[in-house]
Amino acid sequence: MEIKYYIGLAVALFCIGVAGVLTRRNAIIIFMCIELMLNAVNVLLVAFSKMHALSALGKAMPSVVSDGQLFVFFIMVVAAAEVSVGLAIIVMMYRNVHAVDVNFLNRLKN
Amino acid sequence: MNNVLQLVWLIPVLPLLGFLINGLGRKHLSKGLSGLIGSGTVLGSLVISILVFLSVKNGNTPVIHYFDFINAGSLKIGFDFQVDQLSSLFLLIITGVGFLIHVYSTSYMHEEEPKDFAKYFAYLNLFVFSMLLLVMGANYVIMFIGWEGVGLCSYLLIGFWFRNNNYNNAAKKAFVMNRIGDLGFLLAVFWLINKTGTTDFQGVFAGISKLTTTDITGITLLLFVGATGKSAQIPLYTWLPDAMAGPTPVSALIHAATMVTAGIYMIARSNILYSMAPVTQAVVAIVGLSTAILAATIALRQNDIKKVLAYSTVSQLGYMFLGLGVGAYTGAVFHVMTHAFFKALLFLGAGSVIHAMSGEQDMRNMGGLKKYMGITHLTFLLGCLAIAGMPPFAGFFSKDEILAAVYAKNPVLWGIGVAGAMMTAFYMFRLYAMTFLGKFRGTHEQEHHLHESPMAITIPLMVLTLLSVVGGWVGIPEALMKGGHHFAEFLAPVFAQSDAITVKHTMTHSTEYMLMIVSVSLALVTLVYAWMKFSKYEKTDKEETGIGKVLENKWYVDELYQTMITRPIQFMSKYFNEVLERKGIDGFVNGVGKAVNYGSRQVRLLQSGQVGAYVLLMVLGILVLFIIQLFL
Repeated sequence: MEIKYYIGLAVALFCIGVAGVLTRRNAIIIFMCIELMLNAVNVLLVAFSKMHALSALGKAMPSVVSDGQLFVFFIMVVAAAEVSVGLAIIVMMYRNVHAVDVNFLNRLKN
Repeated sequence: MNNVLQLVWLIPVLPLLGFLINGLGRKHLSKGLSGLIGSGTVLGSLVISILVFLSVKNGNTPVIHYFDFINAGSLKIGFDFQVDQLSSLFLLIITGVGFLIHVYSTSYMHEEEPKDFAKYFAYLNLFVFSMLLLVMGANYVIMFIGWEGVGLCSYLLIGFWFRNNNYNNAAKKAFVMNRIGDLGFLLAVFWLINKTGTTDFQGVFAGISKLTTTDITGITLLLFVGATGKSAQIPLYTWLPDAMAGPTPVSALIHAATMVTAGIYMIARSNILYSMAPVTQAVVAIVGLSTAILAATIALRQNDIKKVLAYSTVSQLGYMFLGLGVGAYTGAVFHVMTHAFFKALLFLGAGSVIHAMSGEQDMRNMGGLKKYMGITHLTFLLGCLAIAGMPPFAGFFSKDEILAAVYAKNPVLWGIGVAGAMMTAFYMFRLYAMTFLGKFRGTHEQEHHLHESPMAITIPLMVLTLLSVVGGWVGIPEALMKGGHHFAEFLAPVFAQSDAITVKHTMTHSTEYMLMIVSVSLALVTLVYAWMKFSKYEKTDKEETGIGKVLENKWYVDELYQTMITRPIQFMSKYFNEVLERKGIDGFVNGVGKAVNYGSRQVRLLQSGQVGAYVLLMVLGILVLFIIQLFL
């Protein structure tokens, strides 16, 4: 498959994520949208890695083949850690204000 | 006799000790004790000075090194004392006249509170210490320490009665005027260090060949600027008459006998530099002569007894500078000595009169004091004769020597100088006649109170009178007595170097006789005229007119300085304060603060607390970066 489909998919996913973050107020949905954006990037990383690997095959450059894909795992691990922290925050938030609406958390103001 | 030289350091240290004891213990010492300490320390210095003088007379003229004062790289300035003919002579004048004035002060200042009394003696001792340092220093730096010290003491003592604001202003005026001169002195010292690498008198005079004519002229002119400040010459003389605000003994000691002669001492000390700079010599002579005449004309119409004496001092200092300018160093130093005697006498006599008159200083309210104050009257009369240059009193010999040297250089200057001497005779006998002759013109209360002053006042007067009468006999000119000029012989080693390079003007003895007769007879005529005119003086309410008014107002020089210098400076300061400082600098600094304040208040609105808004802004920012990346 041509690279442009992957890029198209990634951009679409990313834009959906951004739109979600911007428009929704529910903290959990915002979280999901952030995951969406992260995964859009992951898709791109894998796709480009595969593409460069094909062109670099004859040149004995093994690192080019695997780097992008390895990076994806890192992002996944970090995202998982982030989710665990984030969810903990959301739980605490719910316990305190009985809501997961982010606009409720503007108490620091004034 | 050599052992005496080991005691030299005690000469300035004794008054310093007196200063410390009186200054620190002023709240605990009784009047008698602080007077005793003040006078006793100076008496101690006087005794050692006499011993040192005798030792110097036998030919001991060492430079005594105590410790390194400044030692930086190639520049070495030692704390050295120069003991030679010139400094030992000044030591005698300072400690001798100083001691008499200390004794006089114990009585004159008796009405002060004990702590003010002790403070007065502390200042006076500090002054003597600084003045001794000034004349004993073996280099320009040590001299400068004393130079500044006497200026400080002058300030403190002029403003001694500091509750009177006018007196404070007079003190400030003296200090500021002196500072202007000191700057010249300081620049000259820097110049010397730059060119010769030393400030030692001996080093500088030995290495004089290293200096170009420009250097010498510049250095000597700058030193002379210093001298005009300290010795009250045109254009910096106006502080001295105002300095009369201080107690009268202070005027006698500082503003007549010693401090104001510091400039003459300094030039006499640097005589070789001046002898090699004819331009400076001409400047010194002209400034000296103009000051002598200007001050003498002002003195003609002053009514304050101390103001007359103050202008007379300025005028006599002018004569000394005239003498220095024509190369008559011995004559100038001789006049310093005789002037110290008779001017201290006149000031102390005036103090005695003021004391008797309960503080009155206006001569128009005096008169007829002769019959109340016998000793003061007699001593004052002899002092007046001495300053008027009547033979055989001291003033005759010294003034005659200066005028003779001036005649040899330029008869026109001599003529002007004699005119000044006539004015001297006139104003002194105007003062004498208005004070002591005629009828008493004061109030009845004052008349009732009139009395001769106590012994502590009259004894110094008598001693000074004796000195004013016989003090000139050490310098009888060759024309009158062969080998009579012991003074010149004594000082000859100091001026030997410059004597060697100056052209000698020899005069026949008949010319000298003629000069003496002319100046003495002219002075005598004016003296008698003034005596006749003012012994019948009556108080009038008539305003002075014409030239008399101008003289009474001191040629309006103070007003001139006020408009020419003080006002523009004040105007400028006001302008800088109101426009540059308030609007410019303050405006800028406050403006920065205000701008930051305003800006942050506006930017703060972005922090809405809405997470959505932050994210939106972030996304917009990223988009902008994208657009820049892609299209620009």
